[in-house]
Amino acid sequence: MLESLGGQIFNGLVSGAFYAMLSLGLAIIFGLLRIVNFAHGTMYMLGAFVAYIGAQSLGLNFWVALVASPIVVAIVGIVLERTLLSRLYKLDVLYNLLLTFGITLFIEDAMRLKFGMQGSPYVIPNQLEGVLNLGFMIYPTYRVFVIVASLVVCIATWLLIEKTSLGATLRAATENPGLVRAFGINVPALITGVFGFGCALAAFAGVLAAPVNNVAPLMGDDIIIPTFAVVVIGGMGSILGSIVTGFLVGVVVALGAFFYPPISGTLIYILMAFVLLVKPTGLFGTLEGSR
Amino acid sequence: MKLARLLPLIAACGMLAPMAGPIQPAQAAGNDQVVIANVGDESGVYSGLDGMGAVVADQMAIDDFGGKVLGKPIKLVHYDHRNDAGLANQETNEAIDRDHATLLVDYTNSATALSGENVAKAKHIVQIVTGGGTDAITNNPKYCNKYSFHYGYDVYALAHGTAATLTKEGGKKWYTVTANYAFGQALYDDVKAAVEANGGQVVGNDFVPLGTSDFSSFLLKAQGAKPDVLGLDNAGNDTVNAMKQINEFGLKKTMKVGVMLLFESDVHALGPDYWAGSTVTIGGYWDLDAKSRAFAERFAKKYHGNMPTWSEFANYSAVFQYLEAVKRAGTADSDAVVKQLEGHKINDAFVHNGYIRPQDHLLIHDMYLAEVLPASQVKQPWAYFKIIKTIPGEQAFRPLSEVKCNLQ
Repeated sequence: MLESLGGQIFNGLVSGAFYAMLSLGLAIIFGLLRIVNFAHGTMYMLGAFVAYIGAQSLGLNFWVALVASPIVVAIVGIVLERTLLSRLYKLDVLYNLLLTFGITLFIEDAMRLKFGMQGSPYVIPNQLEGVLNLGFMIYPTYRVFVIVASLVVCIATWLLIEKTSLGATLRAATENPGLVRAFGINVPALITGVFGFGCALAAFAGVLAAPVNNVAPLMGDDIIIPTFAVVVIGGMGSILGSIVTGFLVGVVVALGAFFYPPISGTLIYILMAFVLLVKPTGLFGTLEGSR
Repeated sequence: MKLARLLPLIAACGMLAPMAGPIQPAQAAGNDQVVIANVGDESGVYSGLDGMGAVVADQMAIDDFGGKVLGKPIKLVHYDHRNDAGLANQETNEAIDRDHATLLVDYTNSATALSGENVAKAKHIVQIVTGGGTDAITNNPKYCNKYSFHYGYDVYALAHGTAATLTKEGGKKWYTVTANYAFGQALYDDVKAAVEANGGQVVGNDFVPLGTSDFSSFLLKAQGAKPDVLGLDNAGNDTVNAMKQINEFGLKKTMKVGVMLLFESDVHALGPDYWAGSTVTIGGYWDLDAKSRAFAERFAKKYHGNMPTWSEFANYSAVFQYLEAVKRAGTADSDAVVKQLEGHKINDAFVHNGYIRPQDHLLIHDMYLAEVLPASQVKQPWAYFKIIKTIPGEQAFRPLSEVKCNLQ
């Protein structure tokens, strides 16, 4: 019993790792651009596909894909931001939400036409195959790697934003873009960079997900909806909050699935409804952040 | 509008997002043509095993028939039910009222099959279910009716083919993971019955939502139960995701995996080595003989080089046999066509030694016990199965004495 409970907690940490990376990207993009990026799941899916296509046509291995795929997807994101999103900044946030939703449908359908619905296999890299003996239980090596990689990336991002001068500039530009511009800082370039970085995070998560699930055009849909629920639960405005909430929700949902399997698909929304009733700003959110 | 208020709304809308599929153009149709409506899953968890491939197969059946029956052109319309029983009901009504369809076909996903069946029954339109697997279609007096037929396979045949074989081979202790809707539930009941009838026992089961991508929780539970066989009572992408994670967790080292329903597309999605050695029950196979191969090669030319799954193949046969029945009846009137279908003997590229049992409208035909080949033995893409044994229809399907419907 104890061993399988430990296993469930690790399963929860794995799904939490994906929630954390995605909600972190959403939070960063929202913080600076005030865009609710519905296309975030699509970037995650593209990340996985870049890894798959790279392996098929160029023979790139997993480790190269882990670096190359976020760069490729960041470029896609930057092009989208420059050519489309940036035109709507002066309008209500709803317009960019609709735009990113449209982009999602467009890219997903294009991928469906090319790759079909059922997806393509992507194998676990040799070095991470098999199982790891953690002392108290045995767990697939690759899943342990996912948890560690996600933690490293999330903490590095948090440090970058909270502890470096670049991060300080970013936070200042979030507070008062006019003033920051007066200091001679190119705010539009900063915005573009942040959007690209957010997309890169999603793509990184996508590459990590490729060996666990099949690489399929609608894989982004499967994760982006729960991720939005995670953002609601965690609340807007806190970088660290989105990371912690991601892992927390993952574990709670996995435990729920263990004790009552039929609820596994809905538990996250029940949590969301409950948090909204008790603390509408979310666990870590501030009123300021939700404005 | 404050974003904090907006976000839950987005999350809610997002749940509906997969429904934003293509909209069918309005069809103008009258009685000067014969209309066939395919209601299937074109965008969801089952679209890889049936989906648009079934529409292609239906159209091939129409073309092979000559494009005309009784001097009237034959037209195909298709609907995406998105695995939503309510939507399937609505679309079936639309197909009948607006398109004037005289045949409703496909219905991959049992819940949609049953909701379509209610409409067929009320509106007296012929329905041939090729995709849905639940035996309730022809074995539950609440649903079975004069106008509905079940074509290809059902859960009874799967359980008595695969589950019984594995239990007889020594897999006495079972743990099952079941898709929590009409198909999975019906399959679970039949698997349990088949296992117990052969001296085995189902020690645990988890009902899991349709479309689950993370099976890790259930697999760990199964591992803890230490069964001889882990049974997968699901289909399509659910089976694919489960199998991928079964391999990841290394469960195959300590237990056998009983895949209850498997299509060529599932094997293709992961690669044959993930499935190699699995014993499965199938209703037909493109690589069975010269006739089936000839069909498959023509199909592949029309559908991105893919060979037909046996579900798509069943679609072809069902539509062709329907058109034959219309021709024999001399009218597309439902009652006359039903009379032609009942008891009719069928032998074509897909169906071998088949006939439609008049009492419950189930197609009785040869099923096959097959084994999935490892990649090293696969001679060409999509040729993943090796037929071990032919199960004659009378043994494969529920005997008449146990059937709860009697339409005669």
